[in-house]
Parts: sequence; C-alpha cells; structure tokens
Amino acid sequence: MPITRDEVAHLARLSRLALSDEELDHLAPQLDQIISSVAQVQEVAADGIPPTTQATGIDNVYRDDEPVPCLTPEQALSGAPAVELQRFKVPRILVEE
Amino acid sequence: MDDLTTKTAAELAAAVAAGSVSAAEVTQAHLERITAVDGDVRAFLHVNAEDALAQARAVDRRRAAGEQLGALAGVPVAVKDLFTTIGAPATCGSKILEGWYPPYESTITGRLRSAGAILIGKTNMDEFAMGSSTENSGYGPSHNPWDLARVPGGSSGGSAAAVAAYEAPLALGTDTGGSIRQPAAVCGIVGTKPTYGGSSRYGVVAFASSLDTPGPFGRTVLDAALLHEAMSGHDPMDSTSIDAPVPPVVAAARHGDVAGLRVGVVTDLSGDGYQPGVISRFTEAVELLESLGAKVTELSCPHFKYALPAYYLIAPSECSSNLARFDGMRYGLRTGGGSAEEVMAETRAAGFGAEVKRRIMLGTYALSSGYYDAYYGKAQQVRTLIIQDFEAAFSQVDVLVSPVTPTTAFQIGERADDPMAMYLADLCTIPSNLAGNAAISVPCGLADEDGLPVGLQVMAPPLADDRLYRVGAAVEAAFNSRWGHPLLTEAKGLISS
Repeated sequence: MPITRDEVAHLARLSRLALSDEELDHLAPQLDQIISSVAQVQEVAADGIPPTTQATGIDNVYRDDEPVPCLTPEQALSGAPAVELQRFKVPRILVEE
Repeated sequence: MDDLTTKTAAELAAAVAAGSVSAAEVTQAHLERITAVDGDVRAFLHVNAEDALAQARAVDRRRAAGEQLGALAGVPVAVKDLFTTIGAPATCGSKILEGWYPPYESTITGRLRSAGAILIGKTNMDEFAMGSSTENSGYGPSHNPWDLARVPGGSSGGSAAAVAAYEAPLALGTDTGGSIRQPAAVCGIVGTKPTYGGSSRYGVVAFASSLDTPGPFGRTVLDAALLHEAMSGHDPMDSTSIDAPVPPVVAAARHGDVAGLRVGVVTDLSGDGYQPGVISRFTEAVELLESLGAKVTELSCPHFKYALPAYYLIAPSECSSNLARFDGMRYGLRTGGGSAEEVMAETRAAGFGAEVKRRIMLGTYALSSGYYDAYYGKAQQVRTLIIQDFEAAFSQVDVLVSPVTPTTAFQIGERADDPMAMYLADLCTIPSNLAGNAAISVPCGLADEDGLPVGLQVMAPPLADDRLYRVGAAVEAAFNSRWGHPLLTEAKGLISS
C-alpha cells in the first residue's frame, strides 16, 4: 500500500515540521520506499509472540521519595530563547478561532 | 618519551603516574596534534585548549600533593558531542542546539573527570546520532584518516577519526545500531558497544532510548577496556542502568586467550552484498581463531535478516517521541512567528536536517493509529525473535563472530541521498542493539580491493563483556605479530607530523 504525498503532509503536521513543498516531494517517495521495505517484519511476527520493549528485563525502578539537589532557576533558564519573571517566555498557545 | 600522541592510553597513564611526563605535557601534545591535522580530519566540533590544560594542571597538582590518581589520570579523551558536560557546548551535530551549553554533567563524563581523564574536546557526529557517515552533521562531515575523501563511519565518526588520527588516545561514542562498531571498523581502531544498561545514559542526549549505549574507542584492545571500565557501572540516575558488577574487561584485555573457547560464525551475516575483501579478511580472522585453539562452528540465526527492518521501525518510533522535546520553547533554536504551535513547526523545520526529519516522520507513521500494530508492534515481536536466536546460539557457543560492516569506508557523498543504501552499513551490528548484548569491533586487516580497514565483530551475551576483550586481545596480539606492527601505522591518509 503506497504512502501518498497527502499522507506525508499529514505526518509532517503531526510531527510539527513545517516542511516546504520541495521537501514533501523529495520525502514522499523515500518514505514510501523505506516503509515498503520495513514491512518485511509482518512476514515473521506471528500472533502470540510477545513483544520486547527493552532488553534488560528490569521492571519499574523506584527510589525513596526524598528531596535531592536539582537545577537552580538560573541554570534551568540558561538556554532559554526568551525569559520573563524567572519563567520560560513562549508564544501564545491559544488561538482565537 | 618521544611523540606523546603515538602512545597508548595505558602507556600515558603509567607515565603520568610515574611522573616521567606531566598531564599538561600530554594534553599540550594532543592539542598541537589537533591544530596540525584537524583542519583536514574535522573530527572535532569544539576544542577548548585552556579548559583542557586547566584540567591537566589540576591532575599534576594532585600528583604533586601525593594524592591517589585515577586510572586515566592525564589521559586525553575526546567526547562525542551528545554527552552533556559543564563548560562546553553540546550540539549533537544539530543546528537546533547550536550554541547550547548544558546546565548539567553526564554521569559518564563526571566519572571520567574523577578518574583524572582530560576531556579534550567534543567530536562531530551524524545529527542526533542518526547516520553511518557523519554526513548528516549540521556542521559538515568528518574525514577518514585512511583516505580523506572517504567517510569515517558514523554516527560516532568524529570520535573514531580523532583516535585514528592520533588526536586523542581514547574517545567516547554511543552505539544505537552500530554507531561505535562501524566507525571503529572503517577507521581501523577498536570500538565496543557494552551490554545495554552497563553504561549510563544520564546526560547522553537520547535518540532511541531502548537501544542507545555509550561505549569506548581506543587504538588498542587494552585501551578500550580501560575506558570501558572507567565509564561503566550502576547509575541511579538512569532507570535502565543494571545494578551489577562491571565485567572484568581490563583483566580480560590483559589475558587474551581463546584456547578452548567456543566461537560461532553467524552464517546469516555474509553472502550477497558483502564486499569480497571484507569476507576474505573475516575468513582469515576465523582461521586465526582456530589456529589459536578456539573451537569454531557455524550456526544460523534465522531472524537476523529481519533485524534491519525491525530496527528502522523501533529506532525512528523512539526518535519521533524523544525529539519532540526540541520545540524551541525552553532551549535551543527558536524561529518563526505566530502561535506556539507555528513556532514549533518552523523551528523544527529550520533546525533539523533531512535524515532527522525522515526518521521523525517514519516514527510518527509507525506509531500512528491504524498502523501501530502492523509496524511498531510487529517490530517489537521481531525483537523477541532476535533475542531468542541469540539465546539459542549462546547455548552452544561462548561468542559469535561476523564482519562488522558489509563494506569498507565509502566515499563522501556516495550514499548521501540514498537512505536505504546508508542503512545497510548497520546490517551486522543492529542485532546486538535489539538484543541488548555486548559486541566489539577489532581490526582484522585491509581489504584487497581498496586497502581500507576491515573489522571483526565479536558478540557476547549480556554482561559477558569481558569475553569480547579476551578474544579481542588474542586476535590483536596474533595479527600484530603477523603484520609486524599495528594496522593503523599503515594509514595512508594520515598527515605525518
């Protein structure tokens, strides 16, 4: 099932990537080629085989709920593109419809 | 002591400990080597000479005060640019992090500082460790010291090139699908992917968290073991870190011996698509192991052929999630106007390169509703089959061997816009990432066609990392004795200075 250019444009929106038309034209056939190749996994992965998410076998890891030193506000904000009142300053997140 | 940059890490540490040379002299010699050759090799993204010399003088002061010195005291280590260190930028080879100074130190670099190592600079890499050549770096490719027109492999290509060009005796890399072993192989040096969970990921910028494994590069098996041991061990800051003793890798590297060892040749990792010169050198290495007393058998791991497709679903899926943090809000690049969502999309489009965009979208596809079960879910089941293949194999043999990579170093530009061709570079290395076990690349000669280095891969069960060094040291000693010198002394692209 080939992946269409429209689907690629949709994936770009989901991925928060403002891609140009040229990039979409370039990526669509590449993604189609890669996805048809990786689809081979469907040949062998029969029902009933348990999935592996990670290989250590370690389950949930807990620590005591004790305060430990952490970054100061100055350190946490040191790489911020914009700062105001000791907070990250970001563009508006709600848009009027 | 003559040219300090040609000494091994073991020799340098011993000389500094004995006081026959100062850490400052060792560091100065490597800084001069970087100045002389890095314009051609381009292994480093950031070198801070003043900071490196300050670290070295601190080691010298501690020695003068009679303090106990660490195992790597005075030894320069080059650091892949995705480890966070205080006082240096960490770009991860990406424009989206240009100029970012991390506010915290990775566990591993912190341990190396405690061991007295000199963090001499940050090395080039494929953007966020996605690639096999360093061509996906936002800052231009590094060059292979054997032939400057060729890639040094990747993604840890800058680290491998730095060690092969004698700019540092040791380097840190990370291996998600082969990103330490493949560059080590094509640069003619030693590189190890430790057992997953054996080396901490705290302060290592994430690509695919269930696969990312920090590990060492060195010019000798013993040097790689020294760095492996110094960087390893349980870290409460990484919840996937294994709470178990570090395998005795240095002791193993000092006692290379394969007599009676059961070695399995993985027949599935050969055949079509493998360069004849790679297969010839690999076959010779297997014959060498046999002549040294190893019991060699052939065996099949029938699901390994599905490792590459499974990897290119699992790694992009994890990457699409991990890289969501680069949104232009809290650190790094911010560009574009309008709402936060528009700024995020503009920032990510401007800051990420083509391969990172490809993988984010591939992962988004594999995880999206309607496709999750058919792609990501199936890939996770294949991961189980690959682990079962390894378990069956390791019930019969102690280690497995294969070539590291199907071809020698390719030309810069040759595969740059052919993602599927690029992905094949990791064909032999990916199974160990999916299974989380340990594997090493050790030089085993030069391919007849092009005179470029070939690597022997040795794979061992989880937490049996010491077996890699036991085999590696035996192979290295036997080859050096046959060749009359270490392989790297034949590197022709190296600028003699």
